[in-house]
Amino acid sequence: MKTLDFMGQRKIAILFSVILLAVSIGSLATKQLNWGLDFTGGTLVEVNYSETADLNAVRGTLETEGFAGAIVVSFGTDRDVLIRLPKGYSDQQGAQLLDTLQQAYEGTVELRRIEFVGPQVGDELREQGGLAMLLALGLVMIYIAFRFQFKFAVGAVVALIHDVLVVLGFFSVTGMEFDLTVLAALLAVIGYSLNDTIVVSDRIRENFRKLRKVDPVEVINISLSETLGRTLVTSLTTMLVLVALALFGGEMINAFAIALLVGVFIGTYSSIYVAANALLLMGVNKEDLMIPVKEGAEQEEIIP
Amino acid sequence: MLNKYPLWKYLLVLTVLALGFFYAAPNLYKPDPALQITGENSSQVIDAVMLARAEKALDEAGIEYFGEEIDADGRNALIRLRDAEVQLQAQSRVARALGDGFIIALNLAPTTPDWLSDFGAQPVKLGLDLRGGVHFKLEVDVESAIDRRMEYYFNATKRALREARIRGYVNMDDQGRVETKFKSEALREQARDLIAENHPELMLDRVDEADSWNLYAAMTDATRSEIAEYAVSQNLTTLRNRVNELGVSEPLVQRQGQNRIVVELAGIQDTAEAKRILGKVANLEFRMVAKLEAAPSEKQRFEYRSPDRAGMSESLERDLILTGERVSNAQASFDQNGRPNVQISLDSEGGMLMSRATRDNVGRRMGVLFIERKFRTRYEKQEDGTEVVIKVPYDEKKLLTAPVIQSALGAQFQITGLDSPMESSELALMLRAGALAAPISFVEERTVGPSLGAENIRLGVKSVQIGLALVVIFMVLYYRVFGIAAVVALSCNLVLMLAFMSLIGATLTLPGIAGIVLTVGMAVDANVLIFSRIREELGNGLSPQMAIHSGFERAVSTILDANITTLIVAVILYAVGTGPIKGFAVTLSVGIVTSMFTAIVGTRALINLIYGGRRVQSLSIGGGH
Repeated sequence: MKTLDFMGQRKIAILFSVILLAVSIGSLATKQLNWGLDFTGGTLVEVNYSETADLNAVRGTLETEGFAGAIVVSFGTDRDVLIRLPKGYSDQQGAQLLDTLQQAYEGTVELRRIEFVGPQVGDELREQGGLAMLLALGLVMIYIAFRFQFKFAVGAVVALIHDVLVVLGFFSVTGMEFDLTVLAALLAVIGYSLNDTIVVSDRIRENFRKLRKVDPVEVINISLSETLGRTLVTSLTTMLVLVALALFGGEMINAFAIALLVGVFIGTYSSIYVAANALLLMGVNKEDLMIPVKEGAEQEEIIP
Repeated sequence: MLNKYPLWKYLLVLTVLALGFFYAAPNLYKPDPALQITGENSSQVIDAVMLARAEKALDEAGIEYFGEEIDADGRNALIRLRDAEVQLQAQSRVARALGDGFIIALNLAPTTPDWLSDFGAQPVKLGLDLRGGVHFKLEVDVESAIDRRMEYYFNATKRALREARIRGYVNMDDQGRVETKFKSEALREQARDLIAENHPELMLDRVDEADSWNLYAAMTDATRSEIAEYAVSQNLTTLRNRVNELGVSEPLVQRQGQNRIVVELAGIQDTAEAKRILGKVANLEFRMVAKLEAAPSEKQRFEYRSPDRAGMSESLERDLILTGERVSNAQASFDQNGRPNVQISLDSEGGMLMSRATRDNVGRRMGVLFIERKFRTRYEKQEDGTEVVIKVPYDEKKLLTAPVIQSALGAQFQITGLDSPMESSELALMLRAGALAAPISFVEERTVGPSLGAENIRLGVKSVQIGLALVVIFMVLYYRVFGIAAVVALSCNLVLMLAFMSLIGATLTLPGIAGIVLTVGMAVDANVLIFSRIREELGNGLSPQMAIHSGFERAVSTILDANITTLIVAVILYAVGTGPIKGFAVTLSVGIVTSMFTAIVGTRALINLIYGGRRVQSLSIGGGH
C-alpha cells in the first residue's frame, strides 16, 4: 500500500485547526449560542393551520391580545406556525394562546405541541450538560490511558475538545438553535470521534511495536494510510444515514442531524490530524509503547 | 480447519436470532384503538349490563367495535374499535350512556397473539412524542416543608419551656434555627435537657454572650433529608391518586432526582384540566358535630365515605375549624394497649386553631370531611345543532370519621377507637391524601398533539428506511459478497435492537429513532474494520483463508476498544441526561451491544458458511481482490 505523507502537511493542519478554533471561540465569546427553549425557559407553541397561515395576522392577533414579545415563524411548511413566548409567561399561557389563535381564525387551528420550561430547569440543564460532557471526557481519558498510554489519552481528548468546540462554534456562527437534541448530538459526536481516534491510535501503537527502525513521523504516516480506507468508508456510511435523517426526519430532528453531520465530518479530520499531531507534539516514541515486562514498568509510564 | 465454526457457535447465532425475531414480532401487530372503562372509585364493579349499555350507545352511533371484554376482577372493561378516527366520538357516546362515575379512557389495546404474550413478548412502548400526550415536570417545594417543621419545633419549644416554668426568650433566627436565650447557665442547662428529651433529633449548640446564655436548636442534615424525602413521596402518592381521576390508560408518575416528579399522560389534550386536577390542594375539613338543639341553618348533613357505613350520616356545624392545608402528617399507629389509632400532626397555626376549638368542647364529637372534586356532565345543543359537552365541577364532601374529643387538643393528637389496623392505615392514607405535604409547582410541560406524534413515527421510519437503503447499496457495491454478509448482519442488528428494547420495556422516542439511525451508520463500522483488515492481509500476500482468519482476529480488539469508549459516553448520557437524551442513550447503548454481536459473531458465521472449510482461490471483497 502506498504511504501518504499526512504528517508533511501537519503545519498547515495546525494552522487550519487554530483558525477554526479561533473563529469558534471568538464567536462563542461574542455571539454565544442561540439557546433553545430547553435551556432558556419559556413557552413554545406549534400549531397547524387548515390553510396557509398569514404570519403577520398571527403576529397582530398576539400583539393585541397581550402576548407581547411573541416570536412567530413558520415551521417546515407554510401551514405550520411556531410561536415562542419569552421567559416570564406562566405555564397557563400556552393553552390560552391556542384559544386566542383559534378565535381569530375561521378555519381550524390544530395543536401540534406546547412546551413550557420553567427558568430553573433551563439553568440546571446547562449545568448538567456541561457536567456530562466533562465527565465523558474524563472517563474516556482514564480508559485510554489504561488501555493505551497517557500520551494517547491526551491526544484523544485534545481531538475531542477540538471537535466539540468546532461544532459549538458552527452553531454559534450560523445562529442555529441549540436545544436538548443538539446537546445529545454533541455527546454522540464525542462517542463517534472517539471511535475514530481509537482505531487510528490502535494502528499507530501496533506499528510502533512492529516497525522498530522507522521514525515516529513515518510510523504515523504509515498508520494513517493503512486506516484511511476504513476511516473514509465509515464516515461515508454514517454521513449517508445522517443526510437521510436531516432531509427526511422532520423539523424536530433536523438540528440534531446537522450537528452530527458537522461533528462526524470534523471528527474524521481530527482523528487524522489533531490526535496524531498531538502525539507528535508530545514526542511519542516506541519506548512509550513497548509491551511492559513488569507491572511496575507500566505504572511509571502512565504518570506523565 | 480454518474458518469453520463449531456447531454450537452456529446454534448460538441461530438461537439469538430466533429469540430476537420472536421478541421483536409483537411490533408487527398493530394495536387496536380502544376504549377502556373503569369505575371512578375502586369499589365500582363493571358488569355485563353496563357493557351492554355502552355497546348499545355505539350501535346507535353506527360505530363499529369488537372484542369487548371485562377483566377478571371486574375493574376494567375494554372495547376495541375498528377505526381510530371515531375514537373520540365513541368516547363521548359511551360516557354519555354510562353517566358520571365512570372513567372512559382512550387506549391502544395491544393485539399481541397469546403465543407471543405468554412468553412475555410485548410491543415496544412509544414515547409521548410519538403517540401524543402531555408531559409535566413538577417541583416539590421541599424548603417549605422544612420551614413548617421548624415552625413546629419553635412552638413546641415555647410551650415546653412555659409548662416547665423555665423562663427565657424563644425566637426563630434568620438561619432557620430556634434561638433561646436565658439569664443563667443553670436555666439553659435545664432547657437543654428538656429539648433534648423531647426532640432528640435536634442539634443543640450553646453560645455564651455577655449577659445571656443562648441555645440554638437546628435540624441535622439527616432530619432535613428525611423531611424532604417524606414530602416528595407524599406528593407522589397524592399525584398517583389524582392522575387516576383523569382517566388515562397507563399514566406514568415517577420521581426524578431530588425533588422533581414527572407525570406523563398519553392521549390527553386538555392540559388545563389535567393541571387543575394535579395541582389542587386542601381537601380536608375539620368541623364540630352539631349539637342536637342547633338551628337547621347552622348545620349540614354529610354521609360517611366508607362503604361499611353506607347510608349513615352526621350533622356537622357549618363553621370549620381548619382545613387539610394545616395537616403536616398523619400516621397509623398503636396506643399503649395495642389498639390501632391514627396520629395527626398539625402545623403551628393549625395547633392553635385546634386548641381554641376543642378547649371548651371536651366530650363533643369532631367530624373530618374528605373533599373530592368531581364532575357532572351535561349535554347542550347549540343553535347550529352541534352538541357540546359541559363538565360542571362540584365538590363531593364525605365524612371520614367523627371521633369524641377526649381532651383539649393541640398540634398533635390521636384518633382512637378504630376497629382494626386496616381501618387506621386507611384513615391515615385518606388524611394524607387530603393534604399535600409540600406545595408543588409546574416547572416543565410538553404537549404533543396526536397528528404530530403520528407524523414523527412516519418520518422516523422513513429516515431509517432510506438511511438503511443507502448503506446497503454502498456496502454491496464496495464489498461485494462480504458486503452482503454485512448487510444481513445489519438487518439482524435492527431486529435484535427492537427485540431487546421491547423485552426490557424501554420507551422508544424520536431521539431514540435518531439513535437507531445513527447505529445503522456506526454498526457497519465494525464490518468495515474487519473487511479492510482482510483486504490488507490479502495485499500482504496471505491466502484467502488466512486473510479472513487474521482479519477477524486482529480487528476484534480495535472494535472492542472503540465500542467500549462509545458505550462509556452512552452510559453517561443515560445517567446524567433527562427525557429525550435518555431515550437516545438507551437506543445507542443497546445498538452498540447488539451490533458487536451481529458484526463480529454474526458476520463471521455467514462468511464461514460461504468460504470456510474449503479451498478458495479468491474472495469477493472488492478493492481489486
